[in-house]
Amino acid sequence: MNDVKCECGHVNPHGTVLCEACGKVLDENEINNKELLDMRYEGSARRSQTYNKTIIDKIWNFFSSVKVGVWLIIITLIASTIGTILPQEMYINQPPDVYYEQEYGWFGKLYYQLGLHDLYGSWWYLLLIAMLGISLVICSLDRVVPLYKALKAQRVTRNEGFLKRQRVFGVNEIASENDLTTIKKQLKDRRYHVREENGDLLAEKGRFSRWGPYVNHVGLIIFLFGGILRFIPGFYVNENLWVKEGETAAVPETGGQFYLQNNQFILQHYDKNKDKTFEKAIDRAGAVVKNYQSNVVLYKRESNNLPGEKPKLKKVTDYKVRVNQPLTFEGYSVFQASFRNEMNAMSFSLTNKKTNQSAGNLKIDLQNPKGKYDLGNGYSVEILNYFPDFEFAKSGEPTTKSRVPNNPAFVFRMTSPEKPKGETSFVAIKQTIEPFGDNTYKMAFKGVDTKNVSGFIVRKDSSLWAIILGGIIFMIGVIQGAYWNHRRIWVQNKNGQVWLAAHTNKNWYGLKSEIETVLLGTKFSIPEDRLQKENTDKEDV
Amino acid sequence: MATLSSNLLFIAFILYLVATLFYGGSIKTKKESNEKKGTNRWGTIAVVLTIVGFISQLGYFITRWIAAGHAPVSNMFEFTTFFGMALVGAFIVIYFIYRTTLLGLFTMPVAILVIAYASMFPRDITPLIPALQSYWLHIHVTTAAIGEAILAISFAAGLIYLVKAIDQTKSSKRTFWLETVMFSLVAVLGFVIVSSVFSAAGYHEKFNWADKHGAEAVVEYTMPALTGPHAGELLTKDGFKPLVEMPAFINAKKLNTVIWSLMAGLVLFGLIRLVLRKRIAAALQPLVKNIKLDFVDEISYRSVLIGFPVFTLGALIFAMIWAQMAWSRFWGWDPKEVWALITWLFYAAFMHLRLSKGWHGEKSAWLAVIGFVIIMFNLVAVNLVIAGLHSYAG
Ligand code: HEM
Repeated sequence: MNDVKCECGHVNPHGTVLCEACGKVLDENEINNKELLDMRYEGSARRSQTYNKTIIDKIWNFFSSVKVGVWLIIITLIASTIGTILPQEMYINQPPDVYYEQEYGWFGKLYYQLGLHDLYGSWWYLLLIAMLGISLVICSLDRVVPLYKALKAQRVTRNEGFLKRQRVFGVNEIASENDLTTIKKQLKDRRYHVREENGDLLAEKGRFSRWGPYVNHVGLIIFLFGGILRFIPGFYVNENLWVKEGETAAVPETGGQFYLQNNQFILQHYDKNKDKTFEKAIDRAGAVVKNYQSNVVLYKRESNNLPGEKPKLKKVTDYKVRVNQPLTFEGYSVFQASFRNEMNAMSFSLTNKKTNQSAGNLKIDLQNPKGKYDLGNGYSVEILNYFPDFEFAKSGEPTTKSRVPNNPAFVFRMTSPEKPKGETSFVAIKQTIEPFGDNTYKMAFKGVDTKNVSGFIVRKDSSLWAIILGGIIFMIGVIQGAYWNHRRIWVQNKNGQVWLAAHTNKNWYGLKSEIETVLLGTKFSIPEDRLQKENTDKEDV
Repeated sequence: MATLSSNLLFIAFILYLVATLFYGGSIKTKKESNEKKGTNRWGTIAVVLTIVGFISQLGYFITRWIAAGHAPVSNMFEFTTFFGMALVGAFIVIYFIYRTTLLGLFTMPVAILVIAYASMFPRDITPLIPALQSYWLHIHVTTAAIGEAILAISFAAGLIYLVKAIDQTKSSKRTFWLETVMFSLVAVLGFVIVSSVFSAAGYHEKFNWADKHGAEAVVEYTMPALTGPHAGELLTKDGFKPLVEMPAFINAKKLNTVIWSLMAGLVLFGLIRLVLRKRIAAALQPLVKNIKLDFVDEISYRSVLIGFPVFTLGALIFAMIWAQMAWSRFWGWDPKEVWALITWLFYAAFMHLRLSKGWHGEKSAWLAVIGFVIIMFNLVAVNLVIAGLHSYAG
């Protein structure tokens, strides 16, 4: 393909519409086309407008089209709304296959079957985002390089056709030297960068705002890149950690390096007698939580110890982990996420069912129950079986769901002088079964000790830097593109007249009123806006 | 302090109302002062009233902050009121760029409606639950509201454009949709009126009802129940018997409020139409006679340009920082977050359509209207209907 040499002497790349230097119309189609020039991208040679042969060209052209980009944005937008119709999987705490149908009937079932319960994690949603990303990259590359070249190569003196076909254009028969100096001064006062060449004038400002969209797109790409990083193993850690008051646990995913001791969990409510301002609101709401807090100690393992040996720990810090105030160390953060109140010990009294007389009390540690409790005088209780988290299995057998004492149940053998062989009793919360008939003794429930367990989330996110960087660059880019605009004013001698033409990438009203101030005190007539009547112009960046 | 605070808000509200009348006056008298450029006497008074009102509302905000010990943006009433204030603030800024009082005539009623709507929610000063105890939250909420308010100015300007541009001599799809927008504004007024009337009358009735799991619960209506709750049993003597009973998965109480508001809106709208004898938009048309279309178009677009970065910063970036602190993840696909993303994507699409497809003028004005609908949806429906982590209202 050949480069195009303009009559002004500048050599333009193939596909150029307006000469980069003087603005002469090079593209035959464009010449008799319209009254006004299409100034987008300065009529530079964009790859997508020039080549359409190979597959790569076709893919390039597809993704570089803003039309495609807008469609991608709109499809993503619509898809995102669908995900908010019903709660997503991560916000429900029941198995999804039952939950959706049970709560929302046939619609819920359909929603679940279509996979909409995990829409934002679905392959097609990720594909959409990925295509958006690709589109951003190609679209920006397609435009930014030629635009940069064209803006850099522009000369002060412009081709007649170029000036005549600007949207804001005016002709003055004669201009005094005085008027020109005034205009120049007033342009400089308004922070225009004024260049002069053989009596012609080009005043320009805000060119850097043209890079705004590209800068913000780069920010977006870095942000999306940060999102991809998370899929790399080890980059992203997200674990739950439950620690009971008074206990110490290894922090997961730290390779056994760190240990967390939970000294106390604190739950505070607002007190309407103390916080008088909130009295009415508290009355309306019942109780309002003021604080969730775990007082913890962080330890680091001193040395590598032999397997099975208790690790030697060195205290790193004391900290009060509260909501909004995580404990942070070496890239890890420990957040206060939840808490539960766990049963710690249960007390019973061995009681004669007839006389209601107690033969002694026992307290069972639910983490470490003893095998046998001797109550003296020939009375004793043996634990034959213990189910910390009791339920009946499908087969009807009693089993335990977990090691956590959520619903403890026991099979006791109660030995007494009357029944030296012992009586068997199955005891769970609110129920007692006597498998071998009527017993003389029962285990009367006396009470339960509880302990708080703090629920932490341990998080490490090594992609955060990309997210933050992307966000900052994006903000710089949008502000650059939105709060400034690129304005150019040409004042040039043509045919013994003085022509004034102007262009801006947006906010024509602002440009026009600025021209009025710049021309103040001169005999120049205000140039006309030739699109005023039609309102069908296109703006560009 | 709390009393002073509500008085200041009331004063602001009255000032905004009076200012709106003056904005109207400033247009009416335009003919006489046509030769003089710039704002006339009425207009100047209107702007001064607006600024004094804004300062008064700022006073409400600060005194309430002192009383509560935290920035008052933590429940539906406070947030919506703040949004109304931001709307007035955004108008003042844009006014000083473009100096047109017509924009005030269209923006102030919207701001007044927003504040009136806010006042229908419980106005008690609420304590902050732990997740909300973060200054990032306050930075996030205020910045997001300011961004949305600036974007809403583009709606007001878009409305002016549509009122002027759409031919009212024959009915068409365009006149229908424009009138729908007008009706929606009237319906909000309808909601405010029915809520105030029933609350002034102290109306209450209680029901026993069964939710979708069959669990018994008590619900209290503050308006006569047209739609009763599932398996509802009226507990209040002389209470109004529901006309229809709703299935359990529908929130009958909220639906009831919506129906009452729509009915009030329809009555009001009917009355207005009866008096005007033409469409509301047609009646407004003479007011916009003197404005240039491409001028309002630019105001509309400029508001988007100014508002979009602010919205991004507040609703997405600050939100992510707060979410990272409070919930340990900067993004969690919570409905409120998703709707902020949707709003953002929408305005991104808006700007690309305008830039590359040349969607100027009327198309751009319609987009500004849709954008405002999305913002309102996020504010109202997502909070009240699609309850998420962010949901303020009970
Ligand atoms: C969510 C994703 C996107 C956001 C937030 C975004 C944001 C922006 C912003 C703020 C501008 C400047 C607009 C103005 O100053 O009025 C812009 C311009 C631009 N965007 Fe995007 N953009 C996104 C996606 C895309 C995609 C996918 C493409 C590619 C097809 C694209 C292509 C462009 C182009 C070419 C411009 C310059 C306008 C022109 O010269 O026609 N953008 N973008």
